[in-house]
Amino acid sequence: MQISIRNFTKTFDTTTVIDDMNLTIRDGEMLALLGPSGCGKSTTLFTISGIHRMDKGQLMFGDRDVSGLPSQKRNVGVVFQNYALYPHMNVFENIAFPLTVRKDAKADIDREVRAIAALTHISELLERRPGQLSGGQQQRVALARALVRKPDVLLLDEPLANLDAKLRLEMRSEIRRIQLETGITAVLVTHDQVEAMSMCDRIAIMKKGEIVQIDTPADMYSNPRTSFVAGFLGNPPISFLSGIAMDSAFSIAPIKLRVPLGSRQGIADGTQLKLGIRPEHFGPEGDIAVQGRIAFAETQGRENLYDVALADGSVLRSIQPAGKIWAVGEPVRWHIDSKSVFVFTDDGQRL
Amino acid sequence: MTRNFAAWPIILLLTVLSLPLFIMYLFLLVDTFSNTPPGSLLPNEFTLEHWRFLIDPTITGDIWKPTLTTILFSASMMVIVVSVSATAGYALSRLALPFRRFVLSGIMVMHAFPSVTLIIGVFLVLQFAGLYNSLIGVILVKASLMLPFGIWIMKGFYDAVPWEIEMAGVQDGASRFIVWRRIILPQVKPGLLSLALFAFIDGWSEYMLPRILAPSSDFEVLSMYLNTVSDPNSSTYNFNIFKSVGLFYTLPVLALFVLFQNRLMNIFGGGTKG
Repeated sequence: MQISIRNFTKTFDTTTVIDDMNLTIRDGEMLALLGPSGCGKSTTLFTISGIHRMDKGQLMFGDRDVSGLPSQKRNVGVVFQNYALYPHMNVFENIAFPLTVRKDAKADIDREVRAIAALTHISELLERRPGQLSGGQQQRVALARALVRKPDVLLLDEPLANLDAKLRLEMRSEIRRIQLETGITAVLVTHDQVEAMSMCDRIAIMKKGEIVQIDTPADMYSNPRTSFVAGFLGNPPISFLSGIAMDSAFSIAPIKLRVPLGSRQGIADGTQLKLGIRPEHFGPEGDIAVQGRIAFAETQGRENLYDVALADGSVLRSIQPAGKIWAVGEPVRWHIDSKSVFVFTDDGQRL
Repeated sequence: MTRNFAAWPIILLLTVLSLPLFIMYLFLLVDTFSNTPPGSLLPNEFTLEHWRFLIDPTITGDIWKPTLTTILFSASMMVIVVSVSATAGYALSRLALPFRRFVLSGIMVMHAFPSVTLIIGVFLVLQFAGLYNSLIGVILVKASLMLPFGIWIMKGFYDAVPWEIEMAGVQDGASRFIVWRRIILPQVKPGLLSLALFAFIDGWSEYMLPRILAPSSDFEVLSMYLNTVSDPNSSTYNFNIFKSVGLFYTLPVLALFVLFQNRLMNIFGGGTKG
């Protein structure tokens, strides 16, 4: 079901957390709300669920306006960060709870619970208590409980934050698989860009209560609208150089660096600019030479990660396939791939 | 097992310090089952005559009626305290009530208030309500005096229940009442149980309130009965019988403590997060 939020404003006491936000989540898509802590992403999630009320604005589930409805009357499934399983009930009773509240027939409940348990691969755990389950299994139970009454939308609040690294990988693909199999519209809140990029159809990046950009993961990575977005996506992260515009080029005079601005015309000489260079666009190959010194090296197995300090103290990150290894302190003359750089104004707007 | 310090000096010290209490209890027990000649410390014969009051009402009066009254008194008080505390504690912990802070600090103050100082006001209220000299009146007063403690304890237990569990219940379509009854209440069961025990024991040992608020009524609780037995001016005065009645009066409390001591400790370990 398509979910749309219109002119949404939320204030806690005197602080406006979200101001006039608009967001449409398409039917059957999985959307990530991505942003640093305090950006309002959880507030948005809990507003969709009905736990928070909107101060202003409208929330539509399909054609139905649910802005004024309490949580119980919105058909929403929520997976909380700590799973919030009911500790005194076993797995079956946990999953069955939404149906028993609805007073479904016993045989129906039994059938529904077993079907959803099969989907989430926890059929053999139905007799256990939450305390006897591992983190990943608890997550599956929470998912099953959220999905069992076939909600209009599934909300996931940092679902992977409490899992260890290996389980996180597994549950990432599991949640996506279950979402695709049920075809449910889903919203995922996370501060981890890898989660957002790997699991979701689209990402909405939020900052200070506003949606900065909403796009598919690939588009957002290759075409960020602001330096904030560019800095948020990508691991290892992008590095920035500060300089000025001079003769249609980005220039840092002291180290004689000139990166042509190419098709970006009409920038007055002397304008303060920021240049964003992703680690994969800086290395031994490229067209703009930069003299520097390896300041830090990190072996990651398949790839190696280098920080290269330039003469003026700024640092460029580079990621290189394992093979040739540069030592810390070694002087290098590496190149920037000028076609792939991003140019931002001083306040972060992309040019 | 290795230890940082030797345990025996502490055990010795504690033994010496608690010896007087221990000897007192031992003699209480021994004296109820034996006779001691005057001037002697040690008893010389075993007897059950001091327990005859259990079957023979002519000795000190019928003991079973006061016992039943005390059970009724403690149990009704327990029911009131537990049910009010369970609901009020939840409301104070979870609901956005007006004047919540004020009510909370009020409860703290009332908890700290010595109940004796309220007795004149309570007397006036009971007199006005026509409940003076009645068992119901005393039960209500006793229960309300214990409520601040009960509400505060229960609020602590509710505070320890994660917020998300409750929200998950609401999200699953349940009303706040169903969430409370089916999800939250089972989480605070240890608190409810220990509060119930505390209330029962508190009611069981109450002497002052029935004495003051129902002096001329026809019911009698065990503590008042014990007081009558212990009167040295009465014609039936017998120190060993007094000890037996005292032991009889203490037994239920001791039994409850032995059975539920782990639960009772809960109230100090688990739920006093304020």
